[in-house]
Amino acid sequence: MSRKERNLWILGGIGIVVYALFPVAWIVSLSLKAPADIANQQFLPTKLSWTNYELILTGSASDLFLPALRNSFGICLIATAISCVLAMFAAYAIARLDFPGKKVILSTALGVAIFPVISIVTPLFNLWRQIGLYDTWPGLIIPYLSLTLPISIWTLSAFFREIPWEMEQAAQVDGATSWQAFRKVIVPLAAPGVFTTAIIAFFIAWNDFVYGISLTSTEASRPVPAALGLFSGASQFEAPNGPIAAAAVIVTIPVVVLVLLFQRRIVAGLTNGAVKG
Amino acid sequence: MSTTTLPPGEKTRPAPARGRRAGISDRSRAERKLGWMLAGPAFAVMLLVTAYPILQAVYDSLFDFRLTDPENKSFTGLSNYSVILTDRIWWTSLAVTLLITVVTVAVELVLGFALALVMMKALSAIRPVIRAAILIPYAVITVVSAFAWQYAFSLDSGFVNSWLGWLPGISADTDWFGGTWKSLFVVCIAEIWKTTPFISLLLLAGLAQVPEVLQEAAKVDGATWWQRMRRVTIPNMKAAIMVALLFRSLDAFRVFDSIFIMTGGANNTETVSFLAYRQTIARLEIGLGSAVSVLLFVCVVLICALFIKGFKVDLASARGEG
Repeated sequence: MSRKERNLWILGGIGIVVYALFPVAWIVSLSLKAPADIANQQFLPTKLSWTNYELILTGSASDLFLPALRNSFGICLIATAISCVLAMFAAYAIARLDFPGKKVILSTALGVAIFPVISIVTPLFNLWRQIGLYDTWPGLIIPYLSLTLPISIWTLSAFFREIPWEMEQAAQVDGATSWQAFRKVIVPLAAPGVFTTAIIAFFIAWNDFVYGISLTSTEASRPVPAALGLFSGASQFEAPNGPIAAAAVIVTIPVVVLVLLFQRRIVAGLTNGAVKG
Repeated sequence: MSTTTLPPGEKTRPAPARGRRAGISDRSRAERKLGWMLAGPAFAVMLLVTAYPILQAVYDSLFDFRLTDPENKSFTGLSNYSVILTDRIWWTSLAVTLLITVVTVAVELVLGFALALVMMKALSAIRPVIRAAILIPYAVITVVSAFAWQYAFSLDSGFVNSWLGWLPGISADTDWFGGTWKSLFVVCIAEIWKTTPFISLLLLAGLAQVPEVLQEAAKVDGATWWQRMRRVTIPNMKAAIMVALLFRSLDAFRVFDSIFIMTGGANNTETVSFLAYRQTIARLEIGLGSAVSVLLFVCVVLICALFIKGFKVDLASARGEG
Protein backbone atom coordinates (compact mmCIF):
# COMPACT_ATOMS: atom_id res chain seq x y z
CA MET A 1 0.00 0.00 0.00
CA SER A 2 1.49 3.33 -0.98
CA ARG A 3 1.85 6.09 1.55
CA LYS A 4 -0.74 8.22 -0.20
CA GLU A 5 -3.21 5.37 -0.29
CA ARG A 6 -2.61 4.67 3.40
CA ASN A 7 -3.33 8.24 4.36
CA LEU A 8 -6.50 8.10 2.32
CA TRP A 9 -7.78 5.11 4.26
CA ILE A 10 -6.86 6.73 7.56
CA LEU A 11 -8.80 9.79 6.48
CA GLY A 12 -11.75 7.51 5.71
CA GLY A 13 -11.48 6.04 9.19
CA ILE A 14 -11.58 9.47 10.76
CA GLY A 15 -14.59 10.20 8.58
CA ILE A 16 -16.40 7.18 10.02
CA VAL A 17 -15.68 8.25 13.58
CA VAL A 18 -16.96 11.77 12.90
CA TYR A 19 -20.02 10.38 11.12
CA ALA A 20 -20.87 8.11 14.04
CA LEU A 21 -20.23 10.58 16.84
CA PHE A 22 -21.51 13.83 15.39
CA PRO A 23 -25.21 13.54 16.37
CA VAL A 24 -24.26 12.06 19.72
CA ALA A 25 -21.92 14.97 20.40
CA TRP A 26 -24.68 17.33 19.39
CA ILE A 27 -27.24 15.87 21.78
CA VAL A 28 -24.67 15.95 24.61
CA SER A 29 -23.89 19.56 23.77
CA LEU A 30 -27.58 20.46 23.66
CA SER A 31 -28.19 18.80 27.01
CA LEU A 32 -25.52 21.01 28.58
CA LYS A 33 -27.08 24.24 27.38
CA ALA A 34 -28.83 26.48 29.87
CA PRO A 35 -32.49 27.30 29.01
CA ALA A 36 -31.49 30.72 27.70
CA ASP A 37 -28.83 29.10 25.55
CA ILE A 38 -31.02 26.52 23.78
CA ALA A 39 -31.94 28.88 20.97
CA ASN A 40 -28.43 30.26 20.41
CA GLN A 41 -28.34 28.59 16.98
CA GLN A 42 -24.88 27.26 17.69
CA PHE A 43 -23.57 23.75 18.09
CA LEU A 44 -21.90 24.43 21.43
CA PRO A 45 -23.32 26.02 24.57
CA THR A 46 -21.91 29.40 25.50
CA LYS A 47 -21.73 28.25 29.10
CA LEU A 48 -21.98 24.72 30.54
CA SER A 49 -25.05 24.15 32.65
CA TRP A 50 -26.40 21.12 34.49
CA THR A 51 -29.93 22.52 34.73
CA ASN A 52 -31.41 19.96 32.33
CA TYR A 53 -29.94 17.02 34.21
CA GLU A 54 -31.16 18.41 37.53
CA LEU A 55 -34.63 18.79 36.09
CA ILE A 56 -34.96 15.18 34.98
CA LEU A 57 -33.05 13.55 37.84
CA THR A 58 -34.24 15.50 40.88
CA GLY A 59 -36.52 18.23 39.59
CA SER A 60 -40.09 18.36 38.37
CA ALA A 61 -39.58 15.96 35.47
CA SER A 62 -37.98 13.26 37.60
CA ASP A 63 -41.28 11.54 38.35
CA LEU A 64 -41.75 11.09 34.60
CA PHE A 65 -38.22 10.02 33.80
CA LEU A 66 -36.99 7.90 36.72
CA PRO A 67 -39.89 5.40 36.77
CA ALA A 68 -39.52 5.06 33.00
CA LEU A 69 -35.84 4.29 33.42
CA ARG A 70 -36.65 1.65 36.02
CA ASN A 71 -39.35 0.13 33.78
CA SER A 72 -37.04 0.03 30.78
CA PHE A 73 -34.24 -1.71 32.65
CA GLY A 74 -36.58 -4.20 34.32
CA ILE A 75 -38.68 -5.05 31.29
CA CYS A 76 -35.74 -5.27 28.89
CA LEU A 77 -33.63 -7.40 31.21
CA ILE A 78 -36.47 -9.85 31.87
CA ALA A 79 -37.40 -10.08 28.17
CA THR A 80 -33.73 -10.60 27.29
CA ALA A 81 -33.30 -13.31 29.92
CA ILE A 82 -36.42 -15.20 28.85
CA SER A 83 -35.55 -15.10 25.18
CA CYS A 84 -31.95 -16.14 25.84
CA VAL A 85 -33.02 -19.20 27.83
CA LEU A 86 -35.61 -20.22 25.22
CA ALA A 87 -33.17 -19.54 22.40
CA MET A 88 -30.41 -21.53 24.13
CA PHE A 89 -32.48 -24.71 24.05
CA ALA A 90 -33.66 -24.08 20.51
CA ALA A 91 -30.20 -23.20 19.21
CA TYR A 92 -28.69 -26.26 20.86
CA ALA A 93 -31.25 -28.44 19.10
CA ILE A 94 -30.62 -26.68 15.79
CA ALA A 95 -26.85 -26.86 16.03
CA ARG A 96 -26.44 -30.36 17.39
CA LEU A 97 -29.42 -32.50 16.56
CA ASP A 98 -30.56 -33.77 13.22
CA PHE A 99 -34.30 -33.31 13.02
CA PRO A 100 -36.60 -32.14 10.28
CA GLY A 101 -38.10 -29.26 12.28
CA LYS A 102 -34.85 -27.26 12.10
CA LYS A 103 -35.71 -25.45 8.93
CA VAL A 104 -39.25 -24.72 10.11
CA ILE A 105 -37.96 -23.13 13.30
CA LEU A 106 -35.34 -21.01 11.55
CA SER A 107 -37.82 -19.85 8.91
CA THR A 108 -40.35 -19.02 11.60
CA ALA A 109 -37.74 -16.97 13.42
CA LEU A 110 -36.99 -15.16 10.18
CA GLY A 111 -40.68 -14.57 9.56
CA VAL A 112 -41.19 -13.17 13.05
CA ALA A 113 -38.13 -10.94 12.69
CA ILE A 114 -39.52 -9.24 9.60
CA PHE A 115 -43.03 -9.03 10.98
CA PRO A 116 -44.38 -5.46 11.07
CA VAL A 117 -44.57 -4.69 14.77
CA ILE A 118 -47.53 -2.38 14.43
CA SER A 119 -49.63 -5.27 13.08
CA ILE A 120 -49.20 -7.03 16.41
CA VAL A 121 -50.00 -3.92 18.41
CA THR A 122 -53.58 -3.48 17.19
CA PRO A 123 -54.93 -6.86 18.37
CA LEU A 124 -52.78 -6.89 21.51
CA PHE A 125 -54.02 -3.44 22.51
CA ASN A 126 -57.58 -4.75 22.54
CA LEU A 127 -56.76 -8.10 24.14
CA TRP A 128 -54.53 -6.63 26.85
CA ARG A 129 -57.33 -4.27 27.89
CA GLN A 130 -59.73 -7.18 28.22
CA ILE A 131 -57.46 -9.45 30.26
CA GLY A 132 -55.82 -6.74 32.34
CA LEU A 133 -52.33 -6.82 30.88
CA TYR A 134 -52.58 -3.28 29.49
CA ASP A 135 -50.03 -1.00 31.15
CA THR A 136 -48.26 -3.77 33.07
CA TRP A 137 -44.72 -5.19 32.89
CA PRO A 138 -45.83 -8.62 31.54
CA GLY A 139 -47.93 -6.75 29.00
CA LEU A 140 -44.68 -5.45 27.48
CA ILE A 141 -42.41 -8.41 28.22
CA ILE A 142 -44.55 -10.80 26.17
CA PRO A 143 -44.61 -8.72 22.97
CA TYR A 144 -40.90 -7.87 23.45
CA LEU A 145 -40.23 -11.59 22.96
CA SER A 146 -41.39 -11.17 19.36
CA LEU A 147 -38.47 -8.74 18.93
CA THR A 148 -35.77 -10.51 20.92
CA LEU A 149 -36.46 -14.21 20.41
CA PRO A 150 -35.95 -14.52 16.63
CA ILE A 151 -32.63 -12.69 16.61
CA SER A 152 -31.51 -14.68 19.66
CA ILE A 153 -32.26 -17.97 17.93
CA TRP A 154 -30.42 -16.93 14.76
CA THR A 155 -27.40 -15.53 16.52
CA LEU A 156 -27.07 -18.37 19.00
CA SER A 157 -27.47 -21.12 16.41
CA ALA A 158 -24.69 -19.50 14.41
CA PHE A 159 -22.46 -19.42 17.50
CA PHE A 160 -23.37 -22.93 18.61
CA ARG A 161 -22.64 -24.35 15.19
CA GLU A 162 -19.00 -23.34 15.62
CA ILE A 163 -18.50 -24.98 19.00
CA PRO A 164 -16.38 -28.14 18.82
CA TRP A 165 -18.91 -30.32 20.61
CA GLU A 166 -16.68 -33.42 20.33
CA MET A 167 -14.67 -31.97 23.18
CA GLU A 168 -17.46 -32.98 25.53
CA GLN A 169 -16.95 -36.63 24.67
CA ALA A 170 -13.21 -36.19 24.79
CA ALA A 171 -13.50 -34.92 28.36
CA GLN A 172 -15.71 -37.84 29.28
CA VAL A 173 -13.21 -40.27 27.80
CA ASP A 174 -10.61 -38.59 29.98
CA GLY A 175 -12.71 -39.46 33.01
CA ALA A 176 -14.92 -36.43 33.54
CA THR A 177 -18.54 -37.03 34.53
CA SER A 178 -21.12 -35.71 32.08
CA TRP A 179 -21.86 -32.81 34.41
CA GLN A 180 -18.18 -31.95 34.67
CA ALA A 181 -17.78 -32.24 30.93
CA PHE A 182 -20.71 -29.90 30.44
CA ARG A 183 -19.66 -27.40 33.09
CA LYS A 184 -15.92 -27.32 32.44
CA VAL A 185 -15.92 -27.74 28.66
CA ILE A 186 -19.20 -26.73 27.09
CA VAL A 187 -20.22 -23.82 29.30
CA PRO A 188 -16.97 -21.86 28.78
CA LEU A 189 -17.22 -22.46 25.04
CA ALA A 190 -20.87 -21.45 24.82
CA ALA A 191 -20.87 -18.57 27.30
CA PRO A 192 -19.43 -15.87 24.98
CA GLY A 193 -22.07 -16.62 22.35
CA VAL A 194 -24.88 -16.50 24.88
CA PHE A 195 -23.52 -13.29 26.33
CA THR A 196 -23.24 -11.61 22.92
CA THR A 197 -26.74 -12.72 22.03
CA ALA A 198 -28.01 -11.23 25.28
CA ILE A 199 -26.40 -7.86 24.47
CA ILE A 200 -27.92 -7.74 20.99
CA ALA A 201 -31.34 -8.79 22.30
CA PHE A 202 -31.09 -6.14 25.01
CA PHE A 203 -30.30 -3.44 22.42
CA ILE A 204 -33.37 -4.39 20.44
CA ALA A 205 -35.67 -4.39 23.44
CA TRP A 206 -34.16 -1.12 24.71
CA ASN A 207 -34.82 0.46 21.32
CA ASP A 208 -38.51 -0.43 21.20
CA PHE A 209 -40.90 2.46 20.83
CA VAL A 210 -44.02 1.05 19.15
CA TYR A 211 -45.02 -1.34 21.94
CA GLY A 212 -43.98 1.10 24.63
CA ILE A 213 -46.15 3.89 23.34
CA SER A 214 -49.15 1.71 22.44
CA LEU A 215 -49.48 -0.72 25.33
CA THR A 216 -48.81 1.53 28.31
CA SER A 217 -50.50 4.59 29.73
CA THR A 218 -48.82 5.46 33.05
CA GLU A 219 -45.50 5.37 34.89
CA ALA A 220 -46.44 1.85 36.03
CA SER A 221 -44.87 0.36 32.92
CA ARG A 222 -44.01 3.09 30.43
CA PRO A 223 -40.45 2.58 29.13
CA VAL A 224 -37.98 5.38 28.43
CA PRO A 225 -38.41 5.79 24.64
CA ALA A 226 -42.15 6.18 25.07
CA ALA A 227 -41.69 8.58 27.97
CA LEU A 228 -39.29 10.62 25.82
CA GLY A 229 -41.80 10.65 22.99
CA LEU A 230 -44.46 12.00 25.31
CA PHE A 231 -42.25 14.62 27.00
CA SER A 232 -42.66 16.76 23.95
CA GLY A 233 -46.42 16.50 23.98
CA ALA A 234 -46.99 17.25 27.66
CA SER A 235 -46.26 20.85 28.46
CA GLN A 236 -44.59 19.93 31.71
CA PHE A 237 -41.78 22.36 31.00
CA GLU A 238 -41.51 25.45 28.91
CA ALA A 239 -39.06 24.24 26.29
CA PRO A 240 -38.67 20.46 26.49
CA ASN A 241 -35.65 20.32 24.17
CA GLY A 242 -33.02 20.63 26.90
CA PRO A 243 -34.49 18.08 29.34
CA ILE A 244 -35.22 15.64 26.51
CA ALA A 245 -31.64 15.96 25.35
CA ALA A 246 -30.42 15.25 28.88
CA ALA A 247 -32.72 12.22 29.19
CA ALA A 248 -31.55 11.04 25.76
CA VAL A 249 -27.94 11.24 26.89
CA ILE A 250 -28.69 9.22 30.01
CA VAL A 251 -30.42 6.41 28.10
CA THR A 252 -27.60 6.38 25.58
CA ILE A 253 -24.90 5.88 28.21
CA PRO A 254 -25.64 2.18 28.93
CA VAL A 255 -25.59 1.19 25.26
CA VAL A 256 -22.42 3.15 24.58
CA VAL A 257 -20.70 1.45 27.52
CA LEU A 258 -21.79 -1.97 26.21
CA VAL A 259 -20.55 -1.07 22.73
CA LEU A 260 -17.16 0.10 23.97
CA LEU A 261 -16.64 -2.97 26.13
CA PHE A 262 -17.85 -5.64 23.75
CA GLN A 263 -17.55 -4.16 20.26
CA ARG A 264 -15.75 -7.14 18.77
CA ARG A 265 -18.27 -9.63 20.03
CA ILE A 266 -21.24 -7.53 18.99
CA VAL A 267 -19.94 -7.27 15.43
CA ALA A 268 -19.33 -11.02 15.35
CA GLY A 269 -22.81 -11.68 16.69
CA LEU A 270 -24.53 -9.33 14.27
CA THR A 271 -22.81 -10.67 11.19
CA ASN A 272 -22.51 -14.32 12.24
CA GLY A 273 -26.24 -14.69 12.41
CA ALA A 274 -26.88 -12.78 9.24
CA VAL A 275 -24.28 -13.58 6.61
CA LYS A 276 -22.62 -16.90 6.58
CA GLY A 277 -21.20 -18.30 3.37
CA MET B 1 -21.16 -8.45 -18.50
CA SER B 2 -18.77 -11.19 -17.60
CA THR B 3 -18.25 -11.78 -13.93
CA THR B 4 -15.75 -13.85 -12.12
CA THR B 5 -16.79 -16.26 -9.45
CA LEU B 6 -15.34 -19.49 -8.25
CA PRO B 7 -17.09 -22.66 -9.36
CA PRO B 8 -19.74 -23.52 -6.78
CA GLY B 9 -17.99 -26.58 -5.46
CA GLU B 10 -14.97 -24.65 -4.27
CA LYS B 11 -16.93 -22.13 -2.26
CA THR B 12 -19.14 -24.41 -0.23
CA ARG B 13 -17.98 -25.54 3.13
CA PRO B 14 -17.29 -29.22 3.71
CA ALA B 15 -20.44 -31.18 4.33
CA PRO B 16 -21.24 -31.99 7.96
CA ALA B 17 -19.49 -35.13 9.14
CA ARG B 18 -22.69 -36.65 10.41
CA GLY B 19 -24.10 -38.75 7.59
CA ARG B 20 -27.79 -39.26 7.19
CA ARG B 21 -28.88 -42.86 7.43
CA ALA B 22 -31.64 -44.25 5.26
CA GLY B 23 -34.94 -44.83 7.02
CA ILE B 24 -35.86 -43.72 10.50
CA SER B 25 -33.97 -45.56 13.18
CA ASP B 26 -34.87 -45.43 16.86
CA ARG B 27 -31.98 -43.12 17.42
CA SER B 28 -33.12 -40.56 14.89
CA ARG B 29 -36.66 -40.80 16.20
CA ALA B 30 -35.37 -40.04 19.68
CA GLU B 31 -33.28 -37.21 18.27
CA ARG B 32 -36.30 -35.79 16.54
CA LYS B 33 -38.30 -35.91 19.74
CA LEU B 34 -35.53 -34.27 21.76
CA GLY B 35 -35.13 -31.63 19.08
CA TRP B 36 -38.76 -30.62 19.29
CA MET B 37 -38.71 -30.76 23.09
CA LEU B 38 -35.81 -28.32 23.17
CA ALA B 39 -36.88 -26.04 20.37
CA GLY B 40 -40.61 -26.39 20.94
CA PRO B 41 -41.04 -23.73 23.62
CA ALA B 42 -39.25 -21.05 21.58
CA PHE B 43 -41.26 -22.07 18.52
CA ALA B 44 -44.55 -21.92 20.44
CA VAL B 45 -43.74 -18.50 21.91
CA MET B 46 -42.90 -17.11 18.48
CA LEU B 47 -46.17 -18.35 17.04
CA LEU B 48 -48.11 -17.10 20.04
CA VAL B 49 -46.77 -13.55 19.82
CA THR B 50 -47.18 -13.15 16.06
CA ALA B 51 -49.45 -15.70 14.41
CA TYR B 52 -52.19 -15.28 16.96
CA PRO B 53 -52.26 -11.45 16.82
CA ILE B 54 -52.25 -11.30 13.02
CA LEU B 55 -55.13 -13.80 12.84
CA GLN B 56 -57.00 -11.77 15.41
CA ALA B 57 -56.30 -8.65 13.33
CA VAL B 58 -57.69 -10.34 10.23
CA TYR B 59 -60.81 -11.25 12.18
CA ASP B 60 -61.23 -7.78 13.74
CA SER B 61 -60.74 -6.12 10.37
CA LEU B 62 -64.05 -7.60 9.22
CA PHE B 63 -66.01 -5.65 11.82
CA ASP B 64 -67.12 -2.10 12.29
CA PHE B 65 -65.71 -1.84 15.80
CA ARG B 66 -64.87 1.20 17.90
CA LEU B 67 -63.58 0.71 21.42
CA THR B 68 -65.54 3.74 22.57
CA ASP B 69 -68.71 2.15 21.26
CA PRO B 70 -68.36 -1.63 21.78
CA GLU B 71 -72.13 -2.22 21.81
CA ASN B 72 -72.47 -1.41 18.13
CA LYS B 73 -69.83 -3.84 16.92
CA SER B 74 -71.17 -5.25 13.68
CA PHE B 75 -69.90 -7.53 10.95
CA THR B 76 -69.28 -5.57 7.79
CA GLY B 77 -67.21 -7.97 5.71
CA LEU B 78 -64.57 -6.31 3.59
CA SER B 79 -65.99 -2.81 3.83
CA ASN B 80 -63.10 -1.61 6.03
CA TYR B 81 -60.73 -2.56 3.25
CA SER B 82 -62.74 -0.76 0.62
CA VAL B 83 -62.90 2.32 2.87
CA ILE B 84 -59.12 2.31 3.21
CA LEU B 85 -58.24 1.44 -0.36
CA THR B 86 -60.46 4.19 -1.75
CA ASP B 87 -59.08 6.80 0.64
CA ARG B 88 -56.35 9.18 -0.43
CA ILE B 89 -54.79 8.97 3.05
CA TRP B 90 -53.85 5.34 2.55
CA TRP B 91 -52.23 5.94 -0.82
CA THR B 92 -50.38 9.00 0.45
CA SER B 93 -49.02 7.09 3.40
CA LEU B 94 -48.05 4.16 1.19
CA ALA B 95 -46.26 6.50 -1.21
CA VAL B 96 -44.43 8.23 1.65
CA THR B 97 -43.41 4.87 3.11
CA LEU B 98 -42.16 3.59 -0.24
CA LEU B 99 -40.28 6.83 -0.86
CA ILE B 100 -38.55 6.64 2.52
CA THR B 101 -37.75 2.97 1.94
CA VAL B 102 -36.28 3.41 -1.53
CA VAL B 103 -34.29 6.57 -0.73
CA THR B 104 -32.85 5.38 2.59
CA VAL B 105 -32.00 1.89 1.39
CA ALA B 106 -30.35 3.17 -1.79
CA VAL B 107 -28.24 5.74 0.05
CA GLU B 108 -27.42 3.26 2.80
CA LEU B 109 -26.23 0.68 0.31
CA VAL B 110 -23.74 3.08 -1.28
CA LEU B 111 -22.67 4.69 1.98
CA GLY B 112 -22.56 1.35 3.78
CA PHE B 113 -20.38 -0.10 1.06
CA ALA B 114 -17.97 2.80 1.37
CA LEU B 115 -17.84 2.38 5.15
CA ALA B 116 -17.27 -1.36 4.76
CA LEU B 117 -14.36 -0.73 2.38
CA VAL B 118 -12.78 1.71 4.80
CA MET B 119 -13.22 -0.72 7.69
CA MET B 120 -11.63 -3.50 5.69
CA LYS B 121 -8.63 -1.43 4.70
CA ALA B 122 -8.23 0.21 8.09
CA LEU B 123 -4.98 -0.54 9.85
CA SER B 124 -5.38 -3.06 12.60
CA ALA B 125 -4.28 -0.47 15.16
CA ILE B 126 -7.27 1.78 14.59
CA ARG B 127 -9.74 -0.92 13.64
CA PRO B 128 -11.22 -1.29 17.16
CA VAL B 129 -11.81 2.46 17.33
CA ILE B 130 -13.65 2.45 14.01
CA ARG B 131 -15.62 -0.63 14.95
CA ALA B 132 -16.73 0.87 18.25
CA ALA B 133 -17.64 4.14 16.52
CA ILE B 134 -19.71 2.45 13.84
CA LEU B 135 -21.66 0.48 16.43
CA ILE B 136 -22.77 3.63 18.21
CA PRO B 137 -25.45 4.69 15.70
CA TYR B 138 -26.66 1.10 15.70
CA ALA B 139 -26.96 1.05 19.48
CA VAL B 140 -28.41 4.54 20.01
CA ILE B 141 -32.15 4.19 20.26
CA THR B 142 -34.14 5.39 17.27
CA VAL B 143 -36.09 7.88 19.35
CA VAL B 144 -32.88 9.53 20.55
CA SER B 145 -31.51 9.69 17.02
CA ALA B 146 -34.79 11.23 15.83
CA PHE B 147 -34.67 13.87 18.57
CA ALA B 148 -31.00 14.65 17.87
CA TRP B 149 -31.64 15.29 14.18
CA GLN B 150 -34.91 17.07 14.78
CA TYR B 151 -33.32 19.49 17.25
CA ALA B 152 -30.35 20.00 14.94
CA PHE B 153 -32.69 21.20 12.19
CA SER B 154 -35.46 22.79 14.24
CA LEU B 155 -35.99 26.52 14.35
CA ASP B 156 -36.00 26.82 18.13
CA SER B 157 -32.80 24.97 18.98
CA GLY B 158 -31.04 24.04 15.75
CA PHE B 159 -27.69 25.02 14.37
CA VAL B 160 -28.09 23.70 10.81
CA ASN B 161 -29.58 26.91 9.43
CA SER B 162 -26.73 29.00 10.79
CA TRP B 163 -24.15 26.49 9.53
CA LEU B 164 -25.64 26.05 6.09
CA GLY B 165 -26.89 29.59 5.63
CA TRP B 166 -24.45 30.08 2.74
CA LEU B 167 -26.31 27.50 0.65
CA PRO B 168 -28.95 28.84 -1.72
CA GLY B 169 -32.44 28.28 -0.33
CA ILE B 170 -31.38 28.00 3.29
CA SER B 171 -31.64 30.99 5.59
CA ALA B 172 -31.91 31.54 9.34
CA ASP B 173 -35.66 31.01 9.23
CA THR B 174 -35.85 27.95 6.97
CA ASP B 175 -38.51 25.80 8.59
CA TRP B 176 -37.41 22.24 7.90
CA PHE B 177 -40.58 20.82 9.36
CA GLY B 178 -42.91 23.18 7.54
CA GLY B 179 -43.33 21.14 4.36
CA THR B 180 -43.54 17.55 3.19
CA TRP B 181 -40.28 17.33 1.25
CA LYS B 182 -38.09 19.09 3.78
CA SER B 183 -39.55 17.06 6.64
CA LEU B 184 -39.03 13.80 4.77
CA PHE B 185 -35.48 14.89 3.95
CA VAL B 186 -34.63 15.23 7.64
CA VAL B 187 -36.43 11.97 8.48
CA CYS B 188 -34.39 10.17 5.83
CA ILE B 189 -31.14 11.63 7.18
CA ALA B 190 -31.97 10.39 10.68
CA GLU B 191 -32.89 6.93 9.38
CA ILE B 192 -29.79 6.70 7.21
CA TRP B 193 -27.48 7.74 10.04
CA LYS B 194 -28.96 5.21 12.40
CA THR B 195 -29.12 2.16 10.15
CA THR B 196 -26.17 2.46 7.75
CA PRO B 197 -23.80 0.81 10.28
CA PHE B 198 -25.87 -2.36 10.26
CA ILE B 199 -25.80 -2.60 6.48
CA SER B 200 -22.08 -1.81 6.39
CA LEU B 201 -21.29 -4.56 8.91
CA LEU B 202 -23.21 -7.07 6.81
CA LEU B 203 -21.37 -5.88 3.69
CA LEU B 204 -18.04 -6.06 5.52
CA ALA B 205 -18.73 -9.69 6.34
CA GLY B 206 -19.56 -10.23 2.67
CA LEU B 207 -16.36 -8.48 1.56
CA ALA B 208 -14.31 -10.72 3.78
CA GLN B 209 -15.67 -13.72 1.89
CA VAL B 210 -14.47 -12.61 -1.52
CA PRO B 211 -11.63 -14.99 -2.37
CA GLU B 212 -8.29 -13.19 -2.29
CA VAL B 213 -7.02 -15.36 -5.17
CA LEU B 214 -9.48 -13.83 -7.56
CA GLN B 215 -8.44 -10.31 -6.60
CA GLU B 216 -4.80 -11.18 -7.13
CA ALA B 217 -5.51 -12.88 -10.44
CA ALA B 218 -7.43 -9.85 -11.69
CA LYS B 219 -4.62 -7.59 -10.55
CA VAL B 220 -2.05 -9.68 -12.43
CA ASP B 221 -4.22 -9.48 -15.52
CA GLY B 222 -4.04 -5.70 -15.26
CA ALA B 223 -7.58 -4.95 -14.13
CA THR B 224 -8.11 -1.48 -12.71
CA TRP B 225 -9.56 -0.95 -9.24
CA TRP B 226 -12.94 -0.15 -10.70
CA GLN B 227 -12.91 -3.23 -12.94
CA ARG B 228 -11.96 -5.47 -10.02
CA MET B 229 -14.76 -3.96 -7.98
CA ARG B 230 -17.38 -4.48 -10.68
CA ARG B 231 -16.31 -7.85 -12.04
CA VAL B 232 -14.84 -9.58 -8.99
CA THR B 233 -15.81 -8.06 -5.67
CA ILE B 234 -19.48 -7.24 -6.18
CA PRO B 235 -20.50 -10.45 -8.01
CA ASN B 236 -18.82 -12.50 -5.31
CA MET B 237 -20.66 -10.81 -2.48
CA LYS B 238 -24.03 -10.67 -4.17
CA ALA B 239 -25.62 -12.89 -1.53
CA ALA B 240 -24.50 -10.59 1.28
CA ILE B 241 -25.71 -7.52 -0.59
CA MET B 242 -29.12 -9.04 -1.24
CA VAL B 243 -29.61 -10.16 2.35
CA ALA B 244 -28.62 -6.71 3.60
CA LEU B 245 -31.01 -5.09 1.12
CA LEU B 246 -33.89 -7.35 2.04
CA PHE B 247 -33.51 -6.83 5.76
CA ARG B 248 -33.11 -3.10 5.50
CA SER B 249 -36.00 -2.71 3.06
CA LEU B 250 -38.37 -4.55 5.37
CA ASP B 251 -37.08 -2.59 8.32
CA ALA B 252 -37.36 0.73 6.51
CA PHE B 253 -40.88 -0.09 5.37
CA ARG B 254 -41.98 -0.26 9.00
CA VAL B 255 -40.66 3.23 9.79
CA PHE B 256 -42.57 4.65 12.71
CA ASP B 257 -40.42 6.04 15.51
CA SER B 258 -38.78 8.83 13.51
CA ILE B 259 -42.09 9.95 12.04
CA PHE B 260 -43.78 9.97 15.42
CA ILE B 261 -41.00 12.05 17.01
CA MET B 262 -40.03 14.36 14.17
CA THR B 263 -43.25 15.24 12.40
CA GLY B 264 -46.11 13.47 14.13
CA GLY B 265 -47.43 12.74 10.66
CA ALA B 266 -47.94 16.44 9.90
CA ASN B 267 -47.66 17.83 6.34
CA ASN B 268 -48.49 14.50 4.68
CA THR B 269 -45.55 12.69 6.21
CA GLU B 270 -47.66 9.88 7.65
CA THR B 271 -46.33 6.38 6.97
CA VAL B 272 -48.35 3.17 6.86
CA SER B 273 -47.25 2.13 10.36
CA PHE B 274 -48.17 5.53 11.70
CA LEU B 275 -51.57 5.36 10.04
CA ALA B 276 -52.26 1.99 11.68
CA TYR B 277 -51.16 3.41 15.04
CA ARG B 278 -53.34 6.48 14.69
CA GLN B 279 -56.44 4.49 13.77
CA THR B 280 -56.04 2.01 16.59
CA ILE B 281 -54.48 3.79 19.53
CA ALA B 282 -55.47 7.39 18.98
CA ARG B 283 -58.91 6.92 17.42
CA LEU B 284 -59.70 3.50 18.94
CA GLU B 285 -61.08 2.31 15.60
CA ILE B 286 -60.11 -1.32 16.10
CA GLY B 287 -61.79 -2.48 12.90
CA LEU B 288 -60.17 0.08 10.60
CA GLY B 289 -56.83 -0.10 12.43
CA SER B 290 -56.78 -3.88 12.09
CA ALA B 291 -57.48 -3.61 8.39
CA VAL B 292 -54.54 -1.19 7.97
CA SER B 293 -52.36 -3.58 9.98
CA VAL B 294 -53.33 -6.48 7.77
CA LEU B 295 -52.62 -4.46 4.64
CA LEU B 296 -49.22 -3.49 6.05
CA PHE B 297 -48.50 -7.14 6.71
CA VAL B 298 -49.49 -8.00 3.14
CA CYS B 299 -47.12 -5.30 1.84
CA VAL B 300 -44.24 -6.77 3.85
CA VAL B 301 -44.98 -10.25 2.51
CA LEU B 302 -45.07 -8.85 -1.03
CA ILE B 303 -41.71 -7.11 -0.63
CA CYS B 304 -40.27 -10.33 0.72
CA ALA B 305 -41.68 -12.33 -2.18
CA LEU B 306 -40.33 -9.76 -4.64
CA PHE B 307 -36.84 -10.12 -3.24
CA ILE B 308 -36.88 -13.89 -3.02
CA LYS B 309 -38.55 -14.58 -6.37
CA GLY B 310 -37.52 -11.50 -8.32
CA PHE B 311 -33.95 -11.07 -7.18
CA LYS B 312 -33.46 -14.73 -6.34
CA VAL B 313 -32.27 -14.06 -2.82
CA ASP B 314 -31.54 -17.41 -1.32
CA LEU B 315 -31.78 -16.78 2.38
CA ALA B 316 -30.95 -20.36 3.23
CA SER B 317 -27.63 -20.35 1.43
CA ALA B 318 -26.78 -16.80 2.43
CA ARG B 319 -27.29 -17.75 6.03
CA GLY B 320 -25.33 -20.96 5.76
CA GLU B 321 -28.34 -23.20 6.15
CA GLY B 322 -27.69 -25.16 2.94
